Amino acid sequence: MRITEHPILEFLRGEEITFFFNGQELKGYEGETIAASLHAAGIRVLGHSHTMNRPRGLFCAIGNCSSCLMVVDGEPNVRICVEKLKAGMRVETQQGKGHLK
Amino acid sequence: MKEIEILIIGGGPAGLCAASAAANLGATVLVLERDGEPGGQLVKQTHKFFGSKKQYAGDRGYQIGNLLIEECKKNPNIEVWTDTTALGVYEDGVVTAERQGKHLKIEPKKIIVATGASEKMIAFPNNDLPGIYGAGAVQTLMNVHGIVPGQRVLMIGAGNIGLIVSYQLMQAGVEIAAIIEASPTIGGYLVHASKIRRAGVPILTSHTIVEAYGQESVEGAIICRLDENWQQIPGTEQDLNVDVICLAVGLSPLTELCFQADCQLKYIAELSGHVPIRNEYLETTRTDLYVAGDVSGVEEASSAMVEGRLAGISAAYSLGYGAGVAPQLQAEALAELSELRSGPAGQKTVKGIMKLMDKGEAVC
Repeated sequence: MRITEHPILEFLRGEEITFFFNGQELKGYEGETIAASLHAAGIRVLGHSHTMNRPRGLFCAIGNCSSCLMVVDGEPNVRICVEKLKAGMRVETQQGKGHLK
Repeated sequence: MKEIEILIIGGGPAGLCAASAAANLGATVLVLERDGEPGGQLVKQTHKFFGSKKQYAGDRGYQIGNLLIEECKKNPNIEVWTDTTALGVYEDGVVTAERQGKHLKIEPKKIIVATGASEKMIAFPNNDLPGIYGAGAVQTLMNVHGIVPGQRVLMIGAGNIGLIVSYQLMQAGVEIAAIIEASPTIGGYLVHASKIRRAGVPILTSHTIVEAYGQESVEGAIICRLDENWQQIPGTEQDLNVDVICLAVGLSPLTELCFQADCQLKYIAELSGHVPIRNEYLETTRTDLYVAGDVSGVEEASSAMVEGRLAGISAAYSLGYGAGVAPQLQAEALAELSELRSGPAGQKTVKGIMKLMDKGEAVC
């Protein structure tokens, strides 16, 4: 959920753009991270662990922990907590360790 | 190959202050920052800083970050490479980095590692569920992107970070179910704790989390009381209906580069983990490699800024800059650090540094 009013901060968001999460069309803002756009859309499960198939979400949000790896425009293992959203991006949950093209 | 006098790895409060200090004495400086913007974690700090005027007391963290960035931008001796991740420090002193898929080589005369720290995790059943975040992650979502992590939060840890982030969540309209703290006392400043308690949020000391539960993400948490031996007391469990669990249980120094560069490290609990052994002027056991900020022992941003300045002055001075003024500037920085560490939390740091400097004990 997005904050609209804040006692200290003003959020200057970029242009509203469209992207795709597992084929589903979603809106986000240019300049924010993919993780931020997904969270704003209420999507917290970003993938599942390799062997136990347990749900995975954000933990650190600054590119340290690798809990948020997804496939972005066909490239696996993208840390979506630091990768910026772009118009038309295709974000997909990753199965296993991913395959490099 | 890029040649530079001083290479600073990390553009947070310590790195930027190191850059300014060294450049002001005349050295040429390159800062590597893995993020798109320098400033480190200051960007998400909306609270006002304590300390003295020299450490920007009274200003909010993100404002301080902007000031430091401006100072570096104005200085022609400083170059900042963003979106650039340092990869390794080689035996011949060459540092490699990656930027937009390109492998870069840099040959510095001096290196200052200011890589900061990462958030600690604690062990409890289902601690991997989505909806469990480090406190810094909540700040990033909330204060940088303007997105709240959920509706109702259990905060674990009543140190300054736990208290401050709880208050910031409340400012953003999120409910705090409780703040729990395993130790019998609140670790953070009482001025923060009082504000939260006045708003009706319970701060439960001698309490821990038993488990988190939920199918695909957090749906609740069981907490319970601890006895004087830190053991869970059966029958004291409470079931909290929360969709977010926020961990504010401390940070670990990000020392990978120091390990890799073959600096000697030592485990010092008071400094929050393995830290490089260094002298008073922050030079490590690897000649020409300095450390500053949380990587040399987790503290607050105020002391990270002063450490950065000290490392920057020292590195520049060792290159022949600032003869005449550098010793005085070093003494001033050391005095400021003592001042910042004079409180109860600071005493722990001082004890840790004493242990670290004691060369008699075994190293790893």
